[in-house]
Amino acid sequence: MNRKPFAITLDPDSSLANHTGSWRTMRPEYHDHLPPCNHACPAGENIQRWLYEAEEGKYEAAWRQIMEDNPLPAVHGRVCYHPCESACNRGQLDEAVNIHAVERFLGDEAIRQGWTVAPGAPTGKRVLVVGAGPSGLSAAYHLARFGHQVTIYEAGPQPGGMLRFGIPQYRLPRKILDAEIARILSMGVHLVLNRKVEDLEHDIQAGRFDATFLAIGAHLSKRIEIPGRDAGRILDALSFLKSVSSGEPPKLGRRVAIYGGGNTALDAARTAQRLGAEEAILIYRRDRAHMPAHESEVEEALEEGILTRWLRTIKHIEDSTLTVEEMVLDDQGKPQPTGRFETLEADTVILALGQEVDTSFLRKVPGLEISADGVIQVDETLMTGRPGVFAGGDMVPAERTVTVATGHGKKAARHIDAYLRGTRYVKPPSNPLATFDRLNTWYYTDADQSKQPLLALARRRESFDEVVGGLTEETALLEARRCLSCGTCFECDNCYGMCPDNAIIKRGPGQGYIIDYDYCKGCGLCAEECPCGAIDMVNERR
Amino acid sequence: MRYQREGSQAIAQAVALCRPEVMACYPISPQTHIVEALSRMVKAGEIGSCQFLNVESEFAALSVLIGASAMGARAYTATTSQGLLFMAEAVYNAAGLGLPIVMTIANRALSAPINIWNDHSDSMALRDAGWIQLFAEDGQEAADLHIQAFRLAEELSCPVMVCVDGYILTHAYEPVDLPSQTEVDAYLPPYEPVFVLDPADPISIGAMVGPEAYPEVRYLAHHKHLRALDMIPRLQQEFATSIGRTSGGLLHSYRTEEAHTIVVALGSVNGTIKEAVDELRAEGMAVGAVKLCAYRPFPSQALRHAVEQAERVIVVEKDLSVGKGGIVSSEVKMALHGLPTVVDTVIAGLGGRAITQASLVRMIKAACEEGLEEPHFLDLNWEVVNNELARQQETRRSGSTPENVLREVGPFGVRVQ
Amino acid sequence: MVTQRIKFYQTGTFTVGNRLLDEASRTVQSRMDRTNSLDSGHRACQGCGEALGARYALDAAMRAAQNQLVAVNATGCLEVFSSPYPESAWRIPWLHSLFGNAPAVASGVAAALRAKGRTDIRVIAQGGDGATVDIGFGCLSGMFERNDDVLYICYDNEAYMNTGVQRSGSTPPHAWTNTTQAVGPSPGNPPGVGKNLPRLAMAHGIPYVATASVADLHDLEAKVMKATPLRGARYIHIHVPCPLGWKADPAHTIKVARLAVESGLFPLFEAEYGQVTSRTPIRKQVPVERYLELQGRFAHLFGDPPNREAIASIQAIADANIQFFGLCESQKVSS
Repeated sequence: MNRKPFAITLDPDSSLANHTGSWRTMRPEYHDHLPPCNHACPAGENIQRWLYEAEEGKYEAAWRQIMEDNPLPAVHGRVCYHPCESACNRGQLDEAVNIHAVERFLGDEAIRQGWTVAPGAPTGKRVLVVGAGPSGLSAAYHLARFGHQVTIYEAGPQPGGMLRFGIPQYRLPRKILDAEIARILSMGVHLVLNRKVEDLEHDIQAGRFDATFLAIGAHLSKRIEIPGRDAGRILDALSFLKSVSSGEPPKLGRRVAIYGGGNTALDAARTAQRLGAEEAILIYRRDRAHMPAHESEVEEALEEGILTRWLRTIKHIEDSTLTVEEMVLDDQGKPQPTGRFETLEADTVILALGQEVDTSFLRKVPGLEISADGVIQVDETLMTGRPGVFAGGDMVPAERTVTVATGHGKKAARHIDAYLRGTRYVKPPSNPLATFDRLNTWYYTDADQSKQPLLALARRRESFDEVVGGLTEETALLEARRCLSCGTCFECDNCYGMCPDNAIIKRGPGQGYIIDYDYCKGCGLCAEECPCGAIDMVNERR
Repeated sequence: MRYQREGSQAIAQAVALCRPEVMACYPISPQTHIVEALSRMVKAGEIGSCQFLNVESEFAALSVLIGASAMGARAYTATTSQGLLFMAEAVYNAAGLGLPIVMTIANRALSAPINIWNDHSDSMALRDAGWIQLFAEDGQEAADLHIQAFRLAEELSCPVMVCVDGYILTHAYEPVDLPSQTEVDAYLPPYEPVFVLDPADPISIGAMVGPEAYPEVRYLAHHKHLRALDMIPRLQQEFATSIGRTSGGLLHSYRTEEAHTIVVALGSVNGTIKEAVDELRAEGMAVGAVKLCAYRPFPSQALRHAVEQAERVIVVEKDLSVGKGGIVSSEVKMALHGLPTVVDTVIAGLGGRAITQASLVRMIKAACEEGLEEPHFLDLNWEVVNNELARQQETRRSGSTPENVLREVGPFGVRVQ
Repeated sequence: MVTQRIKFYQTGTFTVGNRLLDEASRTVQSRMDRTNSLDSGHRACQGCGEALGARYALDAAMRAAQNQLVAVNATGCLEVFSSPYPESAWRIPWLHSLFGNAPAVASGVAAALRAKGRTDIRVIAQGGDGATVDIGFGCLSGMFERNDDVLYICYDNEAYMNTGVQRSGSTPPHAWTNTTQAVGPSPGNPPGVGKNLPRLAMAHGIPYVATASVADLHDLEAKVMKATPLRGARYIHIHVPCPLGWKADPAHTIKVARLAVESGLFPLFEAEYGQVTSRTPIRKQVPVERYLELQGRFAHLFGDPPNREAIASIQAIADANIQFFGLCESQKVSS
């Protein structure tokens, strides 16, 4: 019995009887939105999530999060052209998060620590993967995690495909590539090297495979006819890079001209210089702004002293003399001839004009369609017209990058798995995009991007040592912490702290929050002050 | 120990014996000697760990005590006149919160015109604030009432004003006996609050109360005063038993046996009234007196019982309800409702105007012989009043009444007939 | 003032919580075991800055005082919305007496504690700007002058909101209130009037004076935690937007408070014994228009044509603050 004076004294917390939620006309709701980095990632990585783990120093958890989607983090941290960073909202604030550098740190850390991923419980199903490039390796890895028995037939002497033969060592050291491939193989994936598939149907029957994934890539260099008499040395870029990778570099001479404006052209030019060429000249029909090569590669190449002739096409080669025509760009950015000519000297000309798929071994497969430009037609599940045969990577119509190929491997594995189980894989619907205007950027501390160190120029020109260094643990941690966690609650406690009505219930680390609608008056402060835009105000249902 | 001392010193010493814990005071005549004495005792360490705060206003003084009392401390202050009005808001608040604060009122007139002398206008102005109001007749009773006041306040959770006529009692030297500390400790146990600010029991005190409960809260405050009507005589009795004096209680009757006329008054004027009664009794007039000690709660039943045999009751009061007349007499009339008793109102002693035995005797005789106009203003100088009224009649811009009256009566003040 | 030595780019140099900080360094408001001194069910308007500020301050004080805290409250919004019979939203011992006497009542509580030899319990008095700057200023000045052991917290929403938005001594120049209406040749509160209470508090030479804002929780909590255990009279003046009285969106309460700080109109500083000892630098200075334009009480400044002279005079106030306290010194975070 309360013997305190009536009415003028009240018991503590007795206001809980007053449910102020009835005042509300709008209600806050937690809705995660899709971070633009995740949205942009061709491999479908949950970048926001692994940065979240990394910024706590939980590197293994972060790495395992990457491994949900991509079995080659150390490789991608080096060679991916990181569309995630182009999409990164932080780019509108100061500078994008250096996502690839953190990924590389995590990948390298995994190799250093020897972290592995276990295969799934065996299903008894057998899957053939043709080609041990990034797409094939990715598919093999994911299929192994599903518990399927995977066999890879690789035509070449070593696995890696373009990663090994198309990308120079100074961008991707072989020990890194080898370590990540070895980790996949250690999951029970059976790799057969020097095993070229000539008759797919036969190989499927002979191997009693339940499904097949084709991922042979595009290894045939495009050629053009350049008039000339006994042109000196003309090489194609892919063969050139492959021979260098195999330790049998060709003789190039003092001056090398590289024809093309893509990444392969730059790789060839930089490789030529490392092999001792005194002059490596890039000849490209458009200008720098229109080069398809990635900006950072162009910059590194120019730093290393690669010479350029923009707006030039090779018209004629005679011995070591190249006749080139000056071009101008029209309104559409297309090069148009001017009729003005000049000559250049080159002991070797390397053509880097793109690649095509070698589809010869598929001609006999029933139902399989090959389009006029030489790529394989697939449905939305990446299955070809031949049931049970899927295809991905550079073989199918898509952007030709390592990361797209890796993403195809995952996607194909999911559909193959569903196919083998007699079901259909349905991609969960994506959340709406977390656009920059949803963010309350005041809460993010100003912080410059952590830069990766570059090898000294002198060493770059003459060795195949890796040009771009990795972040240290400290810088990787700081860089991870620059992530804005766009559209995704990172438990900053702003809503919990700023509710004037204590109507947010904090559930504890990793558990997020719930709104106590008994008391929430619907003021909208939580949504307004959410740094990452993970709260929406919606009309109250009454 | 009984010896000659100033009323203020006696009050201060009595308060000290009550072991107050917090005092907050702001100087105003004629309360100053009380708080000066207490501040000296606190500073000298004579009242334990008692805190004495020299505050910036009476409003602050009582506010400090509100906080102190709510924190469970025995709290005391003294004020008067403008000071009481300045703290008026807090006066009501302390009562509403039921905080057992004891406050001495050294009764004094109210401004304007500013006047530092005694009457009861100040206490009367706050008679409905919810405080118990006790009026002392002399220095001895003033001292004793403070001891009883703390006990009463704390038993009821209700603040108490001890009203003491300014200068007449505060500055007069009289023989006053004070009980020993042991006797006081036995009479007044340590303060045990009904509720207190306590981190272990974090209640909210001072809620906003709407129409749904406000009348009940007010009734409960009234009920405290009804309880006080029983408790005041009981505490008087206990005091008499343990300390040996009959100070306090609801009222004191003086020679009321067979009296056809009884004079009722508050405070020190009762001394003069008793002298007048003796003089009139000696002349054979059956006159008596009743001194009201408790004014709030108003002891209607006790008063009715004390005067019911009289034909005439003359209320002598040192206050004026402007536009109405007597304040105390109105309440006496209420108390005697249904009786044939005639009740006269005599407004006397405003602003320190002396109330002489001669005037009282003349007035009582006049009342008994031909009756009094209602109300009757004792010793009012009608010549001054009429002259001023005439001047006001002549011209609208007749100047300030107090200034004009002062000019009229001359520089030497009141001429007492 | 520096409230956090380690800067976390994403998760909490400025947000309420920071899962990357050790428990002891986190804000009180981020803690699951915070007191919630002012709990749910109170009747403050949507988005009330004062309700928020009070919980911020008292929860921090509770932590600093190991839960041995007593609060005295002046009459006003905070009192009315928290304690209408039969429901109290307080979880701490709490006393309301009158509008103008909270400092004195708190002095009395402190005196009682001293008389009883209780040094563990800390006393807070709190009120709005009307109670502090105007009607209670006498008592406050007395409490300061005697150096009574009380932490007084003023929640400044710049007008009498409880009575329906009338001007106080803390109402800024040009602001509309119901007693300084936006009519006539000089609409709104006349310029050149008003009282700067933090500076007046400093003039008393008391041990601690600080300003704080609901928009900077880290700063606010650090100041309350610092002030709570200090002995003697202490004063913290917290800027708390009132959506109703400022005619602002309830969702903008923090935003508006932040713009007041970032524009320089509400400088955050600390002073000890009358001397400024620290100031919280402005991160990204904004022109005062950004602050003013979110509030309907200044809408008459943005008519057609806008009152550029008035806006310039408000900007001059901000500039003078920035100059006086040195609020724009660079504080670029380095790792």
